Amino acid sequence: MIQHVFLWTDTLIFILLVAVLGFAWFARNKEHLRAPWREVVRSRMAVASLVVLSIYTITGLLDSVHFRKALPTQEGQQEVQYSGDVLSVLDTLLGPMRTQDEKTYSAPFAAYLYARETVTGADGEKLRIFPRLEYGGAGLTDPATQKGADIARRTVTALAEAVAVLLLLYGMLGLRLASKWRQSWMSALGAIAKGTSDVPWRTALLTLGVFVLLIALVVNLSGAYHLLGTDKVGQDVLYQTIKSIRTGLVIGTLTTLVMLPFAVFLGMMAGYFRGWVDDVIQYIYTTLNSIPGVLLIAAAVMMMQVYVANHPELFETMAERADIRLLFLVLILGITSWTGLCRLLRGETLKLRELDYVQAADAFGVAKSSILVRHLLPNLMHLVMIAVVLDFSGLVLAEAVLSYVGVGVDPTTQSWGNMINRARLEMAREPMVWWSLLASFSFMFTLVLAANLFSDVVRDAFDPRLRAQR
Amino acid sequence: MLAYIIRRTLYAIPILIGVNLLTFVLFFVVNTPDDVARMHLGAKRVTPEAIEQWKQEHGYDQPLLYNRKASGVAKVTDTIFYNKSMRLFAFDFGSSDAGRDIGEDISQRMWPSLAIALPTLLIGLLVNISFSMLLAFFRGTYLDLSGVMLAVVLMSVSSLFYIIGGQYLFSKLLHLVPVSGYESGMQAWRFVLLPVAIGVFSGIGAGSRWYRTFFLEEVNRDYVRTARAKGLPEARLLFRHVLRNAMVPILTGIVVILPTLFMGSLIMESFFGIPGLGSYTIEAIQTQDFAIVRAMVFLGSVLYILGLLLTDISYTLVDPRIRLS
Amino acid sequence: MRAPDLLFNRSIPFVKWMLFIVTVLATVACSDQPWNSPYPPDQAGQNILYSSFASRPNHLDPARSYASNEVVFNGQIYEPPLQYHFLKRPYQLEPLTATRMPEAYYLDEAGQRLPDGAGEEEIAYSVYDIEIQKGIRYQPHPAFAKDKRGRYLYHALREQDLDSVTTLSDFHETGSRELVAADYVYQIKRLAHPRLNSPIFGLMSEYIVGLKDYAATLKQVLEEEGTEASQPRYLNLADYPLAGAQVLDRYRYRIKVRGKYPQFQYWLAMPFFAPLPWEADLFYSQPGMKERNITLDWYPVGTGPYMLTVNNPNRQMVLERNPNFRGELYPREGGPGDAQAGFLEDAGQRMPFIDKVVYSLEKEAIPTWNKFLQGYYDVSGISSDSFDQAVQIGSGGDIALTPEMRDKGIHLNTAVSTSIFYMGFNMLDPVVGGDSKRARLLRRALSIAMDYEEYISIFRNGRGIPAQSPLPPGIFGFIDGREGVNTYLYDWTAQGPQRKPIAEARRLLAEAGYPNGRNVATGKPLVLYFDTTGGTPDSSAQQNWIRKQFAKLDIQLQIRNTDYNRFQDKMLKGTAQIFQWGWNADYPDPENFLFLLYGKNGKVEHNGENAANYKNEEFDRLFEQMKNMKNGPGRQTVINRMVEILRKDAPWVFGFHPKDFVLYHDWYHNAKSNLMANNTLKYKRIDPQLRERQREAWNHPVVWPLGLILLLLVVSVIPAYIGYRRHERQQGRAVNS
Repeated sequence: MIQHVFLWTDTLIFILLVAVLGFAWFARNKEHLRAPWREVVRSRMAVASLVVLSIYTITGLLDSVHFRKALPTQEGQQEVQYSGDVLSVLDTLLGPMRTQDEKTYSAPFAAYLYARETVTGADGEKLRIFPRLEYGGAGLTDPATQKGADIARRTVTALAEAVAVLLLLYGMLGLRLASKWRQSWMSALGAIAKGTSDVPWRTALLTLGVFVLLIALVVNLSGAYHLLGTDKVGQDVLYQTIKSIRTGLVIGTLTTLVMLPFAVFLGMMAGYFRGWVDDVIQYIYTTLNSIPGVLLIAAAVMMMQVYVANHPELFETMAERADIRLLFLVLILGITSWTGLCRLLRGETLKLRELDYVQAADAFGVAKSSILVRHLLPNLMHLVMIAVVLDFSGLVLAEAVLSYVGVGVDPTTQSWGNMINRARLEMAREPMVWWSLLASFSFMFTLVLAANLFSDVVRDAFDPRLRAQR
Repeated sequence: MLAYIIRRTLYAIPILIGVNLLTFVLFFVVNTPDDVARMHLGAKRVTPEAIEQWKQEHGYDQPLLYNRKASGVAKVTDTIFYNKSMRLFAFDFGSSDAGRDIGEDISQRMWPSLAIALPTLLIGLLVNISFSMLLAFFRGTYLDLSGVMLAVVLMSVSSLFYIIGGQYLFSKLLHLVPVSGYESGMQAWRFVLLPVAIGVFSGIGAGSRWYRTFFLEEVNRDYVRTARAKGLPEARLLFRHVLRNAMVPILTGIVVILPTLFMGSLIMESFFGIPGLGSYTIEAIQTQDFAIVRAMVFLGSVLYILGLLLTDISYTLVDPRIRLS
Repeated sequence: MRAPDLLFNRSIPFVKWMLFIVTVLATVACSDQPWNSPYPPDQAGQNILYSSFASRPNHLDPARSYASNEVVFNGQIYEPPLQYHFLKRPYQLEPLTATRMPEAYYLDEAGQRLPDGAGEEEIAYSVYDIEIQKGIRYQPHPAFAKDKRGRYLYHALREQDLDSVTTLSDFHETGSRELVAADYVYQIKRLAHPRLNSPIFGLMSEYIVGLKDYAATLKQVLEEEGTEASQPRYLNLADYPLAGAQVLDRYRYRIKVRGKYPQFQYWLAMPFFAPLPWEADLFYSQPGMKERNITLDWYPVGTGPYMLTVNNPNRQMVLERNPNFRGELYPREGGPGDAQAGFLEDAGQRMPFIDKVVYSLEKEAIPTWNKFLQGYYDVSGISSDSFDQAVQIGSGGDIALTPEMRDKGIHLNTAVSTSIFYMGFNMLDPVVGGDSKRARLLRRALSIAMDYEEYISIFRNGRGIPAQSPLPPGIFGFIDGREGVNTYLYDWTAQGPQRKPIAEARRLLAEAGYPNGRNVATGKPLVLYFDTTGGTPDSSAQQNWIRKQFAKLDIQLQIRNTDYNRFQDKMLKGTAQIFQWGWNADYPDPENFLFLLYGKNGKVEHNGENAANYKNEEFDRLFEQMKNMKNGPGRQTVINRMVEILRKDAPWVFGFHPKDFVLYHDWYHNAKSNLMANNTLKYKRIDPQLRERQREAWNHPVVWPLGLILLLLVVSVIPAYIGYRRHERQQGRAVNS
């Protein structure tokens, strides 16, 4: 028995997902919309980044389906009671990683704690030793001699599984392409392997292979070891980093979702109608732009805290509380970042409205709203697309800095910013605790790098000026 | 031209009023004057009388925006907003809630901020332009590709890492520069060296990628092709013609941020203990000193508007076809 | 071939730059201080102590300052009549400027002196007659400056006289005068000044006779004058008599306190009761001074061993030796072990030893710590995560420095501080509060579950001891060992107190009506709320830890994070449920801790310091009795009964008493921690020569990685150059063809 929990950001994420899918359906048969995308997927870099981004996205989506488990019924109980812990599908998939907490720091693959502890020996003598972990390497009787072999054994299993899965994928892809290209299965497989296909399927498969291997490793090893160690209160670092993916994606994507309508609508209005409409809109964005962003964000986050503190009954669980803060952060980041795009769109609209076909439509008495939607909007979409993709990586990085200033996501939310912020203190420890920083850094870096590389290709494909050059 | 500048200056007034109002509302939605008083009076043994007294002393005992009890114009002027925020237009920042003169503090603290921001900007410009020109020169080759990749990699690293890493390496391990701190006068360069280096380094990624597009745009113009066809060596072509023309968008892009250099960098200053305006602002937010927050926001928006104006003017200087009206 | 030619042309500025950099580096290398020194070269080898401050002091006016970062300065500048003995433990008061310890005598309601053994109910007033030493002089200050005819130079300034003035040092003439008893009385009157908001006015007006009316009088005077509230206005307080504080003669004054208040003498060791010359008050209240930040809050005037010469809160604050200081002598006797520890080496020497102290602004903990390791700070401040690097917990739980630290000659001082961090239950809350058996058992179950031993080991690296009662060690009433153990939470074993097993907590929880964390009747899970202020990187880890503790009982803890203002608000309104708070002793007396649970100090009802809003009639009655007792077996018995009530009711999870760790370098002497005294700077001594040598030894610049980076750059340019050459050749061919 479970009770579904719809967090605000969950709802928004799925709205965004539906919108993206809807757009894809819409663009399916429109050549001018498809063409740039076709160009994008021809690039090896873009395909590799797309695979990385999809894996992150799927993880984020899995982490966005939340529910509460029912508690076992007890005697005399009238209605079903639910646990206060809000879990996601990802949590159930990660299973032991979430629950296998140690006492405090332990290094990656360690079987012992990272800090000494006083224990009383058999003869009543006090000893300072590194105690064994409760879960990490718990199956071993003598970690010093057995650990290497155990890890190797598990790694080999993982490798075998990964290769099997990859071959399966390869074969299935070959089948699919063979029917599409009307070739034999073998020749399709050959084309993929040689990398001669139009879409670089080989790159996609290899990138996917890396992730399949990583997942296989996690599946095989994470039950028995903490792959990336544990943090100060003994929670698995890998689990935290994986959970942080959702936060990063929410901030990167929802912010754009929030800002887009403002930016597009107001930018077009200002450029098309000019006059006092233009003045008012310019006034709004100049004013907003003149206030330092940090200050606006700090104020919004505090406003939200005041609201939550005054209405405790609305936010029953901690997850909801943290979620509303995330939502506010997204909203306010959207408000501070729409002005740039808005100004860009205004300028572009100013140019477009002087074009003949717009003037003609105007002369024929076509309704203004329809001119905006039918004639102007499609010609601005490339700017919007480029801005969305470019902003994404910047926003993911911004989250870390905001956490440092103290106005980031809720401290209980798992996020890379929070992890980096905590890692600042861990770096000064002796011996140094490096794995939290490394974990958050590499996960964040992979996402941002993939997004940046992808955005490069998208920009090249969509920017008409660059397209003309080629 | 002059008329245009005057018009834009007048146009700035409603914007500044808006900025002030927004700052004011945002601040006081979150903090009541009582909160502010409590914050300044400390944690131990604070009585309600002391809070009332403090509010009275610092002028927080009036209504926030609209005074129902007063009559006529005083309905608007006998308020905290009018008394505290409108004075800013005469650049009279008043004294902070802790009792220090803000104007004096700003004039002291802007120099360290500039000492970091200006060299970072200039050296950064130099490095970015050389790097992106190199990329433009080798456009389409593997060198270009790896350069762009490098830029993307540099961009994908959070600025916090650069600071933490730089401090660890150059100050703690190599003993080359002081860990943090500041000294005015001739000694300042020792403290400025590392922040500037980190600032430049962390800016290479985004900057050079951006400038590269400017160069590429110029490289593909007709006059360049003509010159190349005439047999002009590529290097001279780049330096003589392309650089000069690509500098136009680069410089006009920079003009808008020039005045805001005074405001300093929030994070860099906190980490390196530089007593600049950036750390001043952060401190004020943390200690909820509204007087300073208000003054800094006001100053920031004035400088931003100034930057916009300078950009407009620089366009006309660069391109005589544009006329301001 | 143009290319080499071009390269050569371009390389000239490059070579010039390199030469310039090399010259600059060479000049640095020639100056004999390490490259990474954060101080100007001319300070090398001087008798200067280096320290840091994290946030600027708000008030240095002795009537207003209360925060610990302010007393760091004020303690060295202002001299109240009493002080704590530097070495002796338990903490002991001794005269500072007074000639001897003041003995209180008592009066009845009619003002008749009572015999010494008079009963408490007869005592209406206590009187302290304080005599100060002759010949003590104030630091040089322009407020005292006089011309040849004896008129004050700077007492009748007009606005335009201040045109060229930005700091206090712009007044070129200074003067001084002898300290008199009237200055002490003047300061006591200032506590009631309505423009000053002294934080202890509320408390003192309950005790010092006539202080409350005095404030009303002053307020009336100021209102009649109608000066703006924000403008300073000098009131000659000598014109307005105060019954509770009177000048007897040039060197003697009398304080009259309502009832019996033995704790009053501790207040006499705080800067609140330091002398303040009226000249300074008048000087600072002149028009135009406040606009220039020239106020008592920024430029204190005292008789102490040091004076504040630079006050730039943006960067640096500097204390310098007061040339007029009378020269106190270093104590000749100390506690047991002090002689071996070297704390008596300077016995009988004239203090202070250090010429100058430079405090630099330091916002981040890690740079501060690194600078300490490099020898640029002499003492490392209070606890932070960096300390793991320094401290090793030896076998048997004893604490020692790591070998790395010992090699550097760093020393460690530990002392359990007179503070407590506790987790409080709001007693007004329907779930965890109240006097019912259910709530009491619930609180006790939670008290067992909150494993503070683990907390101390994870978050404080063993720097603390679990609290058994509100009273920390070093305070009268604290009992060590088996007798002092909270038997509700601990079992006594051969190894010392052992926290009761979690099964016991679960049993209590079941008895309270929540078996397995669920309401026995409805099956509803028990959800509790923890109200806190998050923000620091460590706070989320701590919150996770607390959740883990509650989860051991299957209780779900929801964290309600908010900002500090909102948290204060919740506490004032009593809407919080569970919270963490701390208390740092004002003075070493059990009253200063037990009053945190006294019913009449309830936060919601009385805006007092009893944040848990705990109210127990018997406890309150015992408190009133204990308050005025002399330390002795009688008082101990009463305290034991009070502590027993608290342990049974468990309004707090008693948390822990932090241990202060102070690290200091080999060249720093007389480092004994004294957590009560705030004027310890004068006892400290440093060896600047040793420091100079060590700094040089530790901070050799390592230059080769720079060369490596340069080399890498050059290497990476080579393919570019080759590419360039190829390009040129191709183009040449293209043009030729």
